[in-house]
Amino acid sequence: MTFKKRLLAVAAPLAIGVALFLPSAASAHRGWIVPSFTVLSGDGAWVTLDAAISNELFYADHNPMRLDAVVVTAPDGSVDKIQNALTGKYRSTFDVQLAKPGTYRIGSATSSIMASWTQDGQVKRFRGTPEEFAKQVPAGAADLKTIKSFNRNETFVTRDAPTTTVFAPTGKGLELVPVTHPNDLVAGEAATFKFLLDGKPAADLDVTLAPGNSRYRATPGDFKVKTGADGSFKVTFPEAGMYWLNAVVRTGETGRGPGGGMGGPGGAPAPATPLAGDGMSASYTATLEALRP
Amino acid sequence: MKRSPPKLSLSLLTFSALGAGAATPALAADLNVTVEVPRLTVAEYHKPYVAIWVEAPDASTAATLAVWYDADSKENHGTKWLKDMRQWWRKAGRAMSFPADGISGATRAPGPQKLVFSGAKGPLKDLKPGQYNLVVEAAREVGGHEAVRVPFTWGKPGAPATAKGTAEVGAVTVAVK
Repeated sequence: MTFKKRLLAVAAPLAIGVALFLPSAASAHRGWIVPSFTVLSGDGAWVTLDAAISNELFYADHNPMRLDAVVVTAPDGSVDKIQNALTGKYRSTFDVQLAKPGTYRIGSATSSIMASWTQDGQVKRFRGTPEEFAKQVPAGAADLKTIKSFNRNETFVTRDAPTTTVFAPTGKGLELVPVTHPNDLVAGEAATFKFLLDGKPAADLDVTLAPGNSRYRATPGDFKVKTGADGSFKVTFPEAGMYWLNAVVRTGETGRGPGGGMGGPGGAPAPATPLAGDGMSASYTATLEALRP
Repeated sequence: MKRSPPKLSLSLLTFSALGAGAATPALAADLNVTVEVPRLTVAEYHKPYVAIWVEAPDASTAATLAVWYDADSKENHGTKWLKDMRQWWRKAGRAMSFPADGISGATRAPGPQKLVFSGAKGPLKDLKPGQYNLVVEAAREVGGHEAVRVPFTWGKPGAPATAKGTAEVGAVTVAVK
């Protein structure tokens, strides 16, 4: 293996890892996709969206969100590409044409795997997509430990009457199932949603809700609600505005503890250390708008 | 513009029907509404979009009576702003298609706008007798939004009731005649 090749082999999984893990990497860094409107009328409707990972909601103050995995699911269930995508220093922007009436989902659903195993007496590490995992990690590898992650980050917009096709669960990761339609939220009115984890009700899940415009408040205004046994939770949006909704499930190893790193700082490859055990994580993020009454 | 002559003849018909059967409930009474479009001194004035609708006691929408918007705008762009009358849009508008026959109309100039909604046809024909609100909801481009509710009893003639908005809707008077 030439030096250049080896560099690529290290860099590629790293880049993917960073792209996939950034949205949920640290609690202070919050990924979001904010549409210009969530409720629209008329057959000439377009929305323009901002996507970033930031500290303050919803100000682009940290990193742009990568748009590679962001797709549009139309009311009929078909998948469209985003348009006019641009990634700047602090945020990405793109447009979506609402050619059909109904509810659109705009966002990403990505899965990734972190793994360690022993091969020829050496500890090997991997981080990447399930497809790459299948190719790069030998079947039946010795001491194989994996941490599987599934991350969603999305928002919803509706032209004319709301529809529910885009909420059909896929059974993968954390998914939000509306009881109240996410484009039918009004400040002061109770709304009900349900969380599924791999298709089953996600009970006792902490759901964080954080209002936008935090820059102009003395306190951020975040609040938490818990899902019941059926995975459902009720929330009353105190004020009109955009809200960041987030929930994370983690079991087993996180891969973030001591010895979980992929190499030393400064790019110098340190000897790889094995994962302490198996683990999984699933995160869900949505940007929702509560309208004024 | 409104099609005044057919409306006039219909209210005459209604009136004669009332006269003929004095003992029967006056279900075919008309709803007389006056909406004052306020005159505003602002740098950039656009005539408001207005939705006029009947709200049932449980706050659901019983009938959309009129929607004033820029229906003739090129490429149907007027519908882009219908959602700004958001209470009506949520309860009724988003499920309708536009232009809506007998409901769509052009925006109106400042001043009192007199309207007669026939009880013998259209959305009021099947309205059950009882307590309702007439809602006038206005949204103005580069302006504000306001909804004004005026209670009325459908099923028998009653005294006019008036409510007044503070910014985007002037006096609204409703009488069942």
